[in-house]
Amino acid sequence: MLERTGVPTPEQLALCLPGPERARRGAVAVFECFEKIPCDPCYEACSQGAVLPFTDINDLPQVDHDRCNGCGNCVQHCPGLAIFVVDCTWAPGKALLKLPYELLPLPEAGEALSCYDREGKRVGEGTTVRVVRGRPFLGTPVVWVELELDRCGQVRHVRPREGGAGDGAAG
Amino acid sequence: MTRVEVAVVGAGPAGLCAAVAAAGQGARVLVLDDAHHPGGQLTKQTHKFFGSRRQRAGTRGIELAGVLAGEAREQGVEFWPASTALGYYPADGVLTVDRGGRFLKVRPDALVIATGASERMLAFPGNDLPGVYGAGAVQTLMNVYGVRPGRRVLMVGAGNIGLIVSYQLVQAGVEVAAVVEAAPRIGGYAVHASKLRRLGVPILVSHSVKAAYGSPAVEMASIWQLDERWEGVAGSERRLSCDAIGLAVGLSPLTDLLWQAGCAMRYVAELGGHVPVRDEVGETSVPGVYVAGDAGGVEEASSAMATGRLAGLGASRRLGYAAGYEEAVEETRADLAALRQGPTAGKIRRGLQLLREGAG
Ligand SMILES: Cc1cc2nc3c(=O)[nH]c(=O)nc-3n(C[C@H](O)[C@H](O)[C@H](O)COP(=O)(O)OP(=O)(O)OC[C@H]3O[C@@H](n4cnc5c(N)ncnc54)[C@H](O)[C@@H]3O)c2cc1C
Ligand code: SF4
Ligand code: SF4
Repeated sequence: MLERTGVPTPEQLALCLPGPERARRGAVAVFECFEKIPCDPCYEACSQGAVLPFTDINDLPQVDHDRCNGCGNCVQHCPGLAIFVVDCTWAPGKALLKLPYELLPLPEAGEALSCYDREGKRVGEGTTVRVVRGRPFLGTPVVWVELELDRCGQVRHVRPREGGAGDGAAG
Repeated sequence: MTRVEVAVVGAGPAGLCAAVAAAGQGARVLVLDDAHHPGGQLTKQTHKFFGSRRQRAGTRGIELAGVLAGEAREQGVEFWPASTALGYYPADGVLTVDRGGRFLKVRPDALVIATGASERMLAFPGNDLPGVYGAGAVQTLMNVYGVRPGRRVLMVGAGNIGLIVSYQLVQAGVEVAAVVEAAPRIGGYAVHASKLRRLGVPILVSHSVKAAYGSPAVEMASIWQLDERWEGVAGSERRLSCDAIGLAVGLSPLTDLLWQAGCAMRYVAELGGHVPVRDEVGETSVPGVYVAGDAGGVEEASSAMATGRLAGLGASRRLGYAAGYEEAVEETRADLAALRQGPTAGKIRRGLQLLREGAG
């Protein structure tokens, strides 16, 4: 379970997914936030009203996927790095994933990436589409990754394909 | 002899917020800290904080340190860096201070003690080898001085500190061999654990370090599994090569000054050890001496800011600066209650309850 492994269970993940019908309409945020902690910046970050107001700061975020436009602003602001934007309509056979990324060096547009799952296992390859740096220092950079469509539910981390681990302190 | 209205020992989030609140009420405030810069633990926190916007969630700790120090400056708070409070003598109302090697006396009308917490050690063979660090020291080396503590690190403890420091090690280009946690579950926030797992760092619950080996410094650690009684399981030992071990096995309130001042203390395990008995704004059993932040029970920066504000309000009211006191206290107490409402704060709630009831 999550509290023993740090990896959410398939049951937990099923709860945070948008419906298939919403997924077919393009980019949408997936909130992998399963533990009640005192935290609500995702609510403040969303200008679309897709994150419903918290009555208690410890509440789990409640997301109205129909209002979410997949902008990814919440991805930059979530201190838990727990939000990912998935677009299954990106290109034929390809999905786009917007991932929070706090290592240096940041990948560059066009750069080849290795993709990793929630346990850090390498599960495929992808390409950097762009990097949104956000507010200097404060926001978490967001990397847009193009990858195989059937991998978009599994991949949650990337690394530049050559060079391996990031070097130097990241913000 | 330096005369001030309110002296604050410790310039972490608690001390700075106490100073800002007291100065905002009109008091003349002096803050002193043994470090060269204000901010306390915040100066090494490069990750974004939780909490709500009122507690500046989403802000990185280091930035928060600058914001709070700036507010204190604007309010005319005096700051003495590199100044260690040595003792407080209630009979004469004197605080003795070592200010950069000079011995000074300060006479405050009210005193706020916001000294934070210190890291606990763990007993195991080899724990005196160079390369065995407190996790806080690892964080200071990396994030304040830009020095890597090693190339491959074993982290002991999967509370928030162990998880966050491990993540920051990876950010600094250091490999984390594993995070071991004696309890059967991860103590820190699940989101921090998930972040680390994605990077490929294993987290082993019901595991601890058995011994460290190497000469002249750490070269290897052995870890083993623990049973339900937290005893090592013979035959489960595994060796990991590593050149540093980080200990993130908890913090204890730094209470020397409170003991020395004669404050009534009580042992409450849930709060991290001995803590002073105090009222709702943090006034201890010694009139005019207040406690705030981790020194009164190990919690978080967000709650340290709130308890700091309460102590600052209490201390300034003692001197007659009472404008808007009731409302400000009420508002801050409501914020604090909201922070302490969730399941992750259950231990704190129990601890505070025990402290009030006088058990333990
Ligand atoms: C790795 C790590 C991650 C954390 N992450 C978070 C987080 O995400 N969110 C959160 O809310 N909290 C977090 N915290 C907790 C937070 O940093 C502390 O709870 C908070 O800093 C406590 O504030 P404080 O003012 O009580 O003490 P401190 O910040 O510890 O400040 C105490 C100050 O007092 C000084 N001092 C002590 N004794 C003396 C003396 N005799 N004379 C002069 N000066 C003295 C010390 O040098 C220090 O500067 C984290 C802590 C750590 C270690
Ligand atoms: S992706 Fe944009 S619209 Fe969707 S929840 Fe996040 S901030 Fe709101
Ligand atoms: S900001 Fe992130 S960690 Fe905080 S509640 Fe929202 S999703 Fe969870």
